[in-house]
Amino acid sequence: MPAVISRRDLLKSGGALVVSFTVGGWPRTACAQGPTADVLRRAGKPLDASQVDSFLAIHADGTVTVYTGKADVGTGLRIAVAQMAAEELGVRPERVTVIDGDTGVCPDQGGTGGSTGLTRGGAEVRQAAATARQALLSLAATRLNRPAADLVIADGDVRPRAGGAGVGIGALVGDRQLSLAVDPKAALKTQESFTAIGKPAPRPDVPAKCSGRHGYVHDLVLPGMLHARVVRPAAIGATLASVDESSIRAIPDVRVVRLSNFLAVVSKDEWAAVRAARELKATWSPAATLPSSSDGLESWTRSAAVDREQDVVNRGDAARAIGGAAKTFAATYFWPYQSHASLGPSCAVADIKGDGGTVWSSSQGTHGLRTNLCKVFGLAPERLRVVFLDGSGSYGTNGGDHAAADAVLLSKTLGQPVRVQWTRQDETGWDPKGPHQLLDMRAGLASTEPDARIVGWHAEMFLSTNAPGARALLAADAAGLSQDHGQGAGQITQNGDPPYQADNVRVQVHWLKETPLQLSNLRAPGKIANVFAVESLTDEIATAIGADPVAFRTSRLIDRRALDVIARAASAFGWQPRPSPNRQPRSGGLSGADLAGQGFAYVRYKQAENYVAMAMDVTVNPASGRITVRRVVCAHDCGLVVNPDALKNQIEGCIVQTLSRTLHEQVTFDRSRVTSVDWASYPILRFPDAPQVEVMLIDRPEQPLLGAGEAATAPVAAALANAVFDATGARLRTVPLTPERVKAALASVRATN
Amino acid sequence: MATYSFRLNGRAVTADSWDPEQPLLYVLRGAFALHGTKFGCGLGQCGACTVLMNGNAVRSCMTPIARTAGRSITTIEGLGSPDALHRVQAAFVAAQAAQCGYCTSGMIMAVTALLAKSAKPSRDEARQALAGNLCRCGTHTRILRAVASLGA
Repeated sequence: MPAVISRRDLLKSGGALVVSFTVGGWPRTACAQGPTADVLRRAGKPLDASQVDSFLAIHADGTVTVYTGKADVGTGLRIAVAQMAAEELGVRPERVTVIDGDTGVCPDQGGTGGSTGLTRGGAEVRQAAATARQALLSLAATRLNRPAADLVIADGDVRPRAGGAGVGIGALVGDRQLSLAVDPKAALKTQESFTAIGKPAPRPDVPAKCSGRHGYVHDLVLPGMLHARVVRPAAIGATLASVDESSIRAIPDVRVVRLSNFLAVVSKDEWAAVRAARELKATWSPAATLPSSSDGLESWTRSAAVDREQDVVNRGDAARAIGGAAKTFAATYFWPYQSHASLGPSCAVADIKGDGGTVWSSSQGTHGLRTNLCKVFGLAPERLRVVFLDGSGSYGTNGGDHAAADAVLLSKTLGQPVRVQWTRQDETGWDPKGPHQLLDMRAGLASTEPDARIVGWHAEMFLSTNAPGARALLAADAAGLSQDHGQGAGQITQNGDPPYQADNVRVQVHWLKETPLQLSNLRAPGKIANVFAVESLTDEIATAIGADPVAFRTSRLIDRRALDVIARAASAFGWQPRPSPNRQPRSGGLSGADLAGQGFAYVRYKQAENYVAMAMDVTVNPASGRITVRRVVCAHDCGLVVNPDALKNQIEGCIVQTLSRTLHEQVTFDRSRVTSVDWASYPILRFPDAPQVEVMLIDRPEQPLLGAGEAATAPVAAALANAVFDATGARLRTVPLTPERVKAALASVRATN
Repeated sequence: MATYSFRLNGRAVTADSWDPEQPLLYVLRGAFALHGTKFGCGLGQCGACTVLMNGNAVRSCMTPIARTAGRSITTIEGLGSPDALHRVQAAFVAAQAAQCGYCTSGMIMAVTALLAKSAKPSRDEARQALAGNLCRCGTHTRILRAVASLGA
C-alpha cells in the first residue's frame, strides 16, 4: 500500500496559513487548503468516485477522515455523513471528521441540491465505508490468524466475535491507502446492529457556532488580501457611461477597478472599500429591459410568448372527463418571485495566479462552479481549486456563485488575493430568484356524493424557461466576457398532479421564452406552489361535497405510509373531523373578533419520496386582515432516519421558513431593477410571529433513506391557506397572504353571501 | 487617524481609525480579528452584528467607533469559548439551536441582554425581545426552547 499523508502532517503542512486565519474551531476544510491539497495530491489521493480512498482515510490513531463532494450548508450534513461512515467502519461518529465540498480533495458527487446530500453523498460514502469494512476484516483475519467470518468491528477495534484480543483499525491501516475499488455489493449493516445510525448525535459545528469560533468564508483572511465591493449598475443591463474617481479622493488607499461595465473598489481596509463603494460617483445609461414589472406579472405571464409546450403527466383524457363531470372546479393560483434572502450576504475569496489558483466559496456545488469559472475566465480545471467554506444558509443557489466570479475576476486582474463581500442590497436584489408560478387548476367530480370519484384533474402551469446549465455570471456579463449559459431553476413541475385517486390527469406546462429576472433553484423548487394549488383545490372539492378534509384525503389513498403520516398528524394535532369552513369560528381563548380555523395538507414529495402531513391552527383578524399561525403539527416519513434531532431541526426550519415565504415574501421590481433590496422592502417572518411547531418522525429503518432538507416545506402554504378558509370562508390563492389580500377576500365573501 | 480607547471583552484596548464614523463591526472583525460578530445588513435591520455595550444590546454595524470611547464592549467571544461556554451559549448548544449559525452570535448576545433585565422571561417576552433579530433558517422554535430553559 502506498503511504498517504497523516492527519498530523496535513495540519502541519497547512499550518503556516492556518495561523493567520482565526482562533480555534476552524473547520478542517480550511486547514486543508493551499499547500495541503498539493501534499494530498503528491501522495496520490484519488478523487475518482470509484475508489474507496477517494472517500475516506483511516489514520494510525484510529480516527477517520471522510471526503464528500456535497456541502453542509447549515443542514447538519456533516454529522449525518459521519454517522453513516462510522456505522460501517465500526467507530464512534466523533472519531470521524468530514471534509466537504473541496475540489482539491473531495470526489465530485454532484451539487448539493434536491435533497441529495445523503441519498447520493452519504450513500456513496457509506458504500465506500462498507467496502473498507470488508477489507479491515480481511486484514485482521490475517493479523489475528482467524477466519474473517469470526470477527466483528466495534468501537474502532476488530475483535473475535467470541471475545479475546483484537486489533485497532488504525493499526491495521495506519494512514496508508486501501487501494480498493468501491464494491457496490459490499453488505451494509442493518438496523438490528446499528450503533451510530438513528442516534440523535449532536452536531459538531454547534458549539463553535454558539461561541463565535466557527469559520465562515466571510472570516477568511489571506496575507496581502484586498477587500472589494462591487458597484452594481443602477438598472439591470445598464452600461457604465463614466466614473468620477475624484468623488472618493478623501478615502485613503482605495483603488477603482473598471472592466467594461464591471465596476469595483478595492482596499486593504474593508471600511474604506465600503465607504468608497457608497460614495463613488458613477453614471449609468438608463435601461428598462425587463419585460414586466412585479405589479403586472400575472397578466404578463398569461400573455407572454411560449417557447415550448410540455405534458409532464397525461393519463386518460382530463379535459373530456372534466367536461362531462357532474361537478366541476376551476381556480387560478399564483406564486411570486422569491429571494433566497440569505441572512449573511454572499462572500468569496479568490487567489488567482496565471490560469489557476484557489477560490473559497460557500457554493452548493463547488465542482460545477469550478467548471464554470474555468470556462468563463479561461482557467485550467486541473489548476483551479474551489474550496467550500460555510456561508450563511443558502437554500439553493443564492448570490454565492456570483460572488465567487466577482472575486476571480478581480484577483485575476489585480494579481492579489481578493475578498468580495456582497452588500445586503446585492444579495436581496441580485441573487438569482426562485421562479414565479401561475397555475390554472381544473377538476371534475363524478357526483356530489361523499364518495364521489375525481374523474378529471388538469393543472396548467405557466413557467419561465428552465434551461439546464450554469447561470450567466454577473461579473462576466458586466466585463463583456462571452458565456454560454442556462437558466436552471430545478424540478419545478413536480407535484402538480394529485396524490389521490383520480381517473384522468393532465399536468401541462407552457414554458415561456423570457423571464424578467434571473432564476435559480430555491428550496423545494416549484413544489411549494404546486402543492399549494393541488392541496387547496383538494380542500375546495371536499368543501363542495361537505366532506371533512382529512377523511376526503384518506378515502382516496391506499398507500400505507401515506395513511400513517396523515393519521399521526391528525391525531397529534387534535383534528376536529368536520367539513370546512368552520361554522363556529370563534373559539375559546381568542381575543376580540379573531376567527379560528384548522387546516390540513399532505404531500408525497416529488410523488416518489417523503411522506409529509401537516395540520395548522390559525387565527385571522377580520379588521386588520392579520393571520396568526398558532401551532403547526407535522408527521414526517423519510424512510431510514440517520439523526433524528438534526432531522427535526431541518423540518422545523422548513416549516418556519415556508410560513415566512407564504405570509410575507415577494420580490418587487419595476422595468429596470429589483426594488425589494433589504429587510424593510423584503420582510421575512420575525420572532413575534413564530408559531409552536411539533414534529413527529416516523422512522422506517427497513426502508431506504430519503433526503429531507426540503420536503416539509411543500405542504406549508396549502395547510395555511386551508386553515384561513376554515376560519373565514375566504379562499386565498395568491401568495403572499398579506393583510390586504385577506381583507379583499373577506370582502368578496361578504359580497357573495 | 485617531485613537479610541475602550474595554473589549474585559480588557482595555485601543483602536486606530481614519474615520470616526467607522462602525464598530469593522473594527472588531478587522483590527481585533474577532469574527464571531457578523455582517448581515449594515442597516441595523437584522441583528447579526449585535454586541453588548455597557451591558445593552447594540448593533455594531450602526455604532460609530467614536461612540465606543470609554465604554465596555462584549462580543460573543467574550462570553465563553467552546470549552467553557457561557450559560446562554450552553443553552443554545443543548437545544441544538443553530442551523447555518450566521444569526446565532447576535441571538445569543440579545438573549444575554434580555436575561440581565428579566431573569425568567416568558415566551412572549422572549419573542418580543428577539423581534429585531432575524433568522432565515427558521430555527426560532429551538432558540425559544433555549431561552425557556434558561428561565427554568
